[in-house]
Amino acid sequence: MKEFLTGNEAIARGAYEAGVTFVSAYPGTPSTEILENIAPYKEHVYAEWAPNEKVALEAAIGASIAGARALAAMKHVGVNVAADPLFTYAYTGVNGGLILVSADDPGMHSSQNEQDNRYYAKFSKVAMIEPSDSQEAKDFVKIALEISEKYDTPVLFRVTTRICHSKTLVELGEREEVGIKPYKKDISKYVATPANGRVLHVKVEERLKQLEKFSNETELNKIEWNDKKIGIVTSGIAYQYAKEVFGDTASYLKLGFTHPLPMKKIEEFANEVEVLYVIEELEPYIEEQMKAAGIKCIGKELIPRIGELNPDIIAKAILKEERQTIQYDEAKIVGRPPTLCAGCPHRGFFYMLAKKKNIMITGDIGCYTLGSAEPLSAMDTCICMGASVSAGHGAQKAFEFNGIDKKVVGVIGDSTFFHSGVTGLMDIVYNKGNAVTVILDNRITGMTGHQENPGTGYTLQGDKTHAINIPLLCEAVGIKKENIYIINPLDLDACKKTIDEALDKTEPVVIITEWPCVLKKPSPEDIEKFGNKRTICKVDEEKCKACRICTKTGCPAISFDEKASINEDMCVGCDVCLQACPFDAIEKVGE
Amino acid sequence: MAEVKNILLVGVGGQGIILASKILAQGLISAGYDVKMSEVHGMAQRGGSVTTQVRYGKKVYSPIIGKGQADIIVSFEKMETLRWLDHLKVDGKVVVNDYEIPSAPILIGDAKYPENVIEILKEKADTTIFKAADIAKELGNIKTMNVVMLGALAKAMGLEEVDWGKIVKNNVKEKFVNINIKALNKGMEQVK
Ligand code: SF4
Ligand code: SF4
Repeated sequence: MKEFLTGNEAIARGAYEAGVTFVSAYPGTPSTEILENIAPYKEHVYAEWAPNEKVALEAAIGASIAGARALAAMKHVGVNVAADPLFTYAYTGVNGGLILVSADDPGMHSSQNEQDNRYYAKFSKVAMIEPSDSQEAKDFVKIALEISEKYDTPVLFRVTTRICHSKTLVELGEREEVGIKPYKKDISKYVATPANGRVLHVKVEERLKQLEKFSNETELNKIEWNDKKIGIVTSGIAYQYAKEVFGDTASYLKLGFTHPLPMKKIEEFANEVEVLYVIEELEPYIEEQMKAAGIKCIGKELIPRIGELNPDIIAKAILKEERQTIQYDEAKIVGRPPTLCAGCPHRGFFYMLAKKKNIMITGDIGCYTLGSAEPLSAMDTCICMGASVSAGHGAQKAFEFNGIDKKVVGVIGDSTFFHSGVTGLMDIVYNKGNAVTVILDNRITGMTGHQENPGTGYTLQGDKTHAINIPLLCEAVGIKKENIYIINPLDLDACKKTIDEALDKTEPVVIITEWPCVLKKPSPEDIEKFGNKRTICKVDEEKCKACRICTKTGCPAISFDEKASINEDMCVGCDVCLQACPFDAIEKVGE
Repeated sequence: MAEVKNILLVGVGGQGIILASKILAQGLISAGYDVKMSEVHGMAQRGGSVTTQVRYGKKVYSPIIGKGQADIIVSFEKMETLRWLDHLKVDGKVVVNDYEIPSAPILIGDAKYPENVIEILKEKADTTIFKAADIAKELGNIKTMNVVMLGALAKAMGLEEVDWGKIVKNNVKEKFVNINIKALNKGMEQVK
């Protein structure tokens, strides 16, 4: 049976078919749907959201040592978080096969950088596989697990946004129950003390040699002979783009197993063709190694290393083919950046926070990053998950130490706080910092599309569970009870009062804003706590003095044309604009 | 059919473009084509500009195209048509929903919604324009706008032989099947 699947759906299916029984991940675009699509195989596969990528990989490692086939999935920057266990598990090797899916984001569709994680395979010395469509994404999961078990290595399963989020036809298979391998206590293998590590490192180098032999032999790296005037070495989605451009007019060495590279095969291929191109997205990962081995080829001289590739870019770069396009005045088009939704609970708080002068706002990764855009402009920095709290601490210390009178406010979401914000808060308390930490708790992981997290009270596979109490957690870390504020972010007066008080304190303060994401399907607990009424707001044209203050809240439901008006299809009646309006021109309807 | 055809669906996050693309792709698969589709996720869905691409033919390699390659652009929002017009073939077709969604810079008064979008489009390309939002509203649910657009596209592409009704049925909740089939037919009527 054939189905039309995204790469992520296909990886999920592949894990199911290959007898995986443990998967763990932290959501992150473009990797999120892998776990969401494994979750329904509840009877066969245990799937969970971990609080961060390091924990996800460590949990998968535990399952692998216990003998289960295991998978951890994350976006490219998540691998930075998980790098610590990765490098050592590369030394110890596996028991049950283990795959680490790295979903890279060339073009930065929704990421803060576009790092090429193929280098992680080389750096950590593990095997790497790169599928080029959904069918391969599914099939390669099984092959990767076999390689993992046969060569005693974790496998980096590297995909990119265009693999994750494009759909192609996939032939489905049956699940194979591989069961669990027997677990044997083996200190010399699984206890990475220096003494054991030194022995293991030798083994790792040995393994790499075997893997290179495999790389030269496997059909994952295959040559397609056509005309030999042009030869192309390529991997992943770049293979599809190259095929699109050159069709049967060039020969291909399509690499599916890319660490270690099949240098012998590459050399053989190179010797047969007249001109050799390396077509790869982002970094010259393959090209560098080819050139280091003395193989002449053309790569990044022509193919850009910045941004996502497409067939057009390749045609232009190599064939100098320029497509005819329609000419028109592009300056007319107004940008359409993503924004905080109408009724987003972060908006009210940001609206009030941004009014404060002489503060620095350190931001974080999530929906609230959108609060950095105009008109709210409520953010000075955004580095990586968790950095709002810790970078905020550093900035506050630097200001204080150097006699600058400026307060720092770090803003972070609930899921991100669990991910790596709490450690920053420990830093603040332990090192007697004074930055204000704001936890924007919208009761869900918003940006990636509503995944449960340790605070929501539900697991990925839908079971009810203990919900971590954020205020208590902050108390446990050492924030005094009287310095923890819990407020409704849609109540502007409460926001103002709390911000003022917090900024006046000389002890660490935490403000927790609690209100569910407007797009979230409320849980019974949410309804009990926050109610579930639907109203909207309307502008009274008579009273509207055209001051435009309501538009400063940045709500996409509000527009202005001589007078303000509210789009009733979008408004959810959060009341933020109503409170912002100094002339009482906005009223509530439908109560 | 040896050649690969490229369809670009463009609009704004929340307009139901992904669902429309899915239905479209399934229709093409049922007609025996190889199909690849590329969709957007994450940030772009928060009210941002959204595009999906559907490519079909005997054998499709790349799931995406570059500039100057779309056979047809189906646009759910007027200004978005302009944003993607450079992706259209010089002799390509445009099907536009005459509907405006002002973006954030326009809402806060930093910019103005471009004037004469329709005139520009008509001048530059073979353009079909109609008000899918009004049609959907008349049918009783503005959300069926995406299926109205789908119907128009199917007609514009000459894909009437596909059993769209059946595929729509498989993709929407039971209580919305009838209204969506009506939307589909209304959409088809819009294109000559
Ligand atoms: S998805 Fe939720 S958290 Fe994100 S912008 Fe919209 S309302 Fe806010
Ligand atoms: S009440 Fe005002 S701020 Fe809230 S969603 Fe409606 S228009 Fe936007």
